Amino acid sequence: MSRVVEPVAGATEAGASPRSPQAGRWRRFVAQFTSSKAAVAGLVVLLLSIAAAVFAPWIAPQNPFDLATLDIMDAKLPPGSTNYDGSLTYWLGTDGQARDVLSAILYGLRISLFVGFVSVLAAFAIGTAVGLVAAYFGGRIDALLMRIVDMQLSFPSILVALVLLAMLGKGIDKVIIALVVVQWAYFARAARAAAIVERNKEYVEAARCMALSWHRILWRHVLPNCIPPLMVIATIDLAHAIALEATLSFLGVGVPVTEPSLGMLISNGFEFLLSGTYWICFFPGIALAIVVVAINLVGDHLRDILNPRNEV
Amino acid sequence: MLATIIRRLLQTGLVVLIMSALVFTALYMIGDPVLMMASPEATDLEREAIRRNLGLDRPLWEQYGIFLSKAAQLDFGNSFLTGESAMRLILERMPATLELATLAMFISMAVGIPLGIYAGLLPQSLLSRSIMSGSVLGFSLPNFWVGLMLIMLFAVMLGWLPAGGRGPVEDFGPIQLSLFNVEGLKNLILPALTIATAKCALIIRVTRAATRECLPQDYIKFARAKGLRERRVLGVHLLKNIMIPIVTIGGLEYGQVFAFAVVTETVFSWPGMGKLLIDSIVNLDRPVVVAYLMLTVVFLATLNLVVDIGYTLLDPRVRLGGAA
Repeated sequence: MSRVVEPVAGATEAGASPRSPQAGRWRRFVAQFTSSKAAVAGLVVLLLSIAAAVFAPWIAPQNPFDLATLDIMDAKLPPGSTNYDGSLTYWLGTDGQARDVLSAILYGLRISLFVGFVSVLAAFAIGTAVGLVAAYFGGRIDALLMRIVDMQLSFPSILVALVLLAMLGKGIDKVIIALVVVQWAYFARAARAAAIVERNKEYVEAARCMALSWHRILWRHVLPNCIPPLMVIATIDLAHAIALEATLSFLGVGVPVTEPSLGMLISNGFEFLLSGTYWICFFPGIALAIVVVAINLVGDHLRDILNPRNEV
Repeated sequence: MLATIIRRLLQTGLVVLIMSALVFTALYMIGDPVLMMASPEATDLEREAIRRNLGLDRPLWEQYGIFLSKAAQLDFGNSFLTGESAMRLILERMPATLELATLAMFISMAVGIPLGIYAGLLPQSLLSRSIMSGSVLGFSLPNFWVGLMLIMLFAVMLGWLPAGGRGPVEDFGPIQLSLFNVEGLKNLILPALTIATAKCALIIRVTRAATRECLPQDYIKFARAKGLRERRVLGVHLLKNIMIPIVTIGGLEYGQVFAFAVVTETVFSWPGMGKLLIDSIVNLDRPVVVAYLMLTVVFLATLNLVVDIGYTLLDPRVRLGGAA
């Protein structure tokens, strides 16, 4: 989480004494953040799930994509069963294709988190650039860009994403494109709001007096000071992106069957749910809920601390 | 005032026009409906005939022009699949979505407003903090997930309620509702709860914020100083003032529920407009998708307009402050 404050501190260009403003700000931020047990728990869970996703090939009991290791006789085993020679315990049971549900979850988490992080980073970059440009130049450019943002935000993201994916087809890259399209506007609006406040501050005027070019002022001076509210949006949007991807995959327009994210696993398990084979659907669902709620707990508390000027 | 309304009307019209062009071009790029409709053995000549029949051989701008003039008469063409009027198909499904959205919003308001006021009055109490943590759960859990868990609990494990579908309906003039009989309500309650979970969390947050903003105001202090009973202070003076943001958000959310119903209706096989949209997307039934999207565009744009104007009328501060 060090990214939250580093750029801000870097912008103050203070001396390197041990009691520099950076260190003070950072310490205050850590103290404020740790004041909420729920947020700390959320952060720990988030870091653990990132670790689980990154190291999935090493910690998963089985490679769910390796058809050679699957034995169709082991399909739909309840949690805690073992395979025929007892060498492998299916702690969370197996699904309809005899995949270990735990392994499938770990690999699914990889895809869900990857889609989430990449789409949020791209939306962050695009939205922030648009918002800063709108705020800095104002006038017609601002009016035009903000009209587009308003129009985009007046339509429910699920609907926009659904139509886009119907157009583009299935695939991880296409899901990411759709998620960026529905999310950039939030960043644009927040970046503009923050930059309009910064625009009139003395350091920007000083930079202008030094005849620095506009892009240098914007990216090197204004941007770092707009980061805190954007970080809040990024955190909350990460949860939103993961949930939206799961929803789209559940509806059958998201990731392809060959690269199952958590939403896809839940969708696959749905058909077994009504017959009482609950674990195929239930455990991926729990995993998804834990990740999304953990990120939201972090985001909710970050919003309280950094107190940006934005709506829910 | 009139000038503001006219300007907002023009803006709304422009948005609808732009969106119609976007929707039309976007949908034009989805698959080839002729391939879906013609039998696999059809010759190229037969395919060409179908294409001409549907008007798909004309240039895009011409198709758009025809589409616009027909759309103005609420004619979006016939479904490629059933041959019925696309508009009619959607209107037939509308009551189902309408009763679902209405019950869902009713539940979320009935639960959310009291909880929100409580959390606003006593922000430090343990219950308030649990309400707020609970609301994080409410809006972070994806809609379809909540639906699945409800199905698992109430339909599969307990067997109390059906897992999907719509119950028996009764005629109310031209529309049919299942809201007013026990069996119908049993089918309705799980999908409605699914939608209400997310909306309730939002209502709680809005209500709490509004309550906390209202409490330190002079009129509350004055009402208390006058010696009014606490119940009257809260029930009249506070409630009246916090209703403005709640009605605004509630109105906008009511519109959004139509779109969110896409997910919930799919989970519960609820035969509403959202389910129709998903089925039509899968089947490349272009006229139905276009008609649905255009209806949503017009509906949401109108809703935004009404909320905006209503807000100006309701709250004198907005009218005076923003004398546009």
